[in-house]
Amino acid sequence: MIIRVTPDHPIPSSEITPEGVYQNRRDFVKEAGLLGVGLAATLSGARTAKAQQGGTSIGGAELKGELTPEEDVTSYNNFYEFGTGKDDPKPNAKNFRTKPWTVKVEGMVAKPATYNIEDFLKPHKLEDRIYRHRCVEAWSMVIPWMGFPMSDLIKRVEPTASAKYIQFTTALDPQQMPGVRFPVLDWPYVEGLRLDEAMHPLAMMVVGVYGKMLPNQNGAPLRHIVPWKYGFKSCKSIVSIKFTDKQPATAWAVATPNEYGFFANVNPEVDHPRWTQARERRIGELRRRDTLMFNGYTQVASLYSGMDLRRNF
Amino acid sequence: MTAVGEESALASADGRGSRARPQGFRPPGWLHPLVVAASIIPFVWVAYAFYSDLVNNTRLLTSEPIKEAEHFTGKWALRFLLVCLAVTPLMRIIGLGWLVKYRRTFGLIAFGYAVVHLGIYFGLDIELMWSNLVEDVLDRLYITLGMLALLLMVPLAITSTKGWIKRLGNKKWNALHRLVYVSGVLGVIHFYMAVKRDVREPLLYGAILAASFGYRWFWNRRETQRRQMTALAR
Repeated sequence: MIIRVTPDHPIPSSEITPEGVYQNRRDFVKEAGLLGVGLAATLSGARTAKAQQGGTSIGGAELKGELTPEEDVTSYNNFYEFGTGKDDPKPNAKNFRTKPWTVKVEGMVAKPATYNIEDFLKPHKLEDRIYRHRCVEAWSMVIPWMGFPMSDLIKRVEPTASAKYIQFTTALDPQQMPGVRFPVLDWPYVEGLRLDEAMHPLAMMVVGVYGKMLPNQNGAPLRHIVPWKYGFKSCKSIVSIKFTDKQPATAWAVATPNEYGFFANVNPEVDHPRWTQARERRIGELRRRDTLMFNGYTQVASLYSGMDLRRNF
Repeated sequence: MTAVGEESALASADGRGSRARPQGFRPPGWLHPLVVAASIIPFVWVAYAFYSDLVNNTRLLTSEPIKEAEHFTGKWALRFLLVCLAVTPLMRIIGLGWLVKYRRTFGLIAFGYAVVHLGIYFGLDIELMWSNLVEDVLDRLYITLGMLALLLMVPLAITSTKGWIKRLGNKKWNALHRLVYVSGVLGVIHFYMAVKRDVREPLLYGAILAASFGYRWFWNRRETQRRQMTALAR
């Protein structure tokens, strides 16, 4: 799969999003404007640039005919902070306040700081990417995300030489998150990656989906996506990004270590103890399909050369 | 409709039915068919919703209707099993002996939901893949237990007719049908192990099950004491 950034897009964005969504772009820019002038400028700038380019392509362009309907992407969610039912997050996150929002960059980093989300996003050029999304529960989607490479962020904040891992933390607010009142997980939700995984061009910081700002239930205002790993590896509604030399104690690996590992690479040969991972059901399809190694993103294989992926599941 | 006399015989088959107070109230004849019809509503709903999701592209059963229908029917199987097991305590507490026939009714309805649950799992979820079924049953304890819970209900469903009660005799029939307790326990454990992290609902089911067992234990103990007292008095 090829990723091309905004200036080279060979396919108009109208082709990668359904027309209705495409026409919502104005609303999106308006909405972005509410976030702050800086962000609005970035977003509309990026959008305009793309529109002017005419022919543009995005990462995963070969998937564009397979997009999962937006209704499914934004109503079938695992976001336990807002309830454990997959239809809970949408209603329960409706009034979640994402403005103002701050993101803390901390740990082994040259430039630790706490940013307003507007300032945090400002330097980054947004791009669209269509990724396969494979949940550990053996269902999958194809989702048009909008965001920027995680590597751009990492380069920008300059981790020190001793940093080996990046750790993300989701917001924790019992007032607004009914799901955290019951200790389903050891809140807050923490996820993490090895730094070389995080630097891979496929790893992405995400602010939008389907051409719009992330809905709350999808992890507004900032989440990340690692398309070759199971969905739970990506943190939603991120408030902290920490660089560390110790492997982060990630939420699911802490909760059920025999079922969820730190790596959680999509792997059809390593079953979940309670179900097979060999096949998956794409949302909207009746029949199951075969699950692909690394969710089809085999270009990441070199990150794990020499590793026993059965043990490091 | 079954004669009340026969149902009382069932209730007293364990030799303790004499405790049930004689009843002035007779339920109207339409009550039983109404209860059966009401019990089928969840099934009718899930069948309709499934059809609608597939054909009309609705999302009544979320974005994953097969999984949702599978979970939905499994939960209803358990709920009716719990209701079935609550009949006896209820009968004793409020003294309504005619309730006894509802044990069989709810047991059969629970079995029906469990069969649909299994059908969705095997037919739609794992798509009739025998290898997957065997692997699941052998390697995955919660499926082993769930399957066992269902299999144990098969002889109970078969012998649920009046003919079989006569053929086996009350004593044997009652003894055989104590298997339903095992099914109930296995079913709740199956549910507990199947959920990912949020165990509140299975724990609630377990609590209800424990309460109905606790009541039986308490009642049996009291009854034994009473009999000993009676024996002493003689």
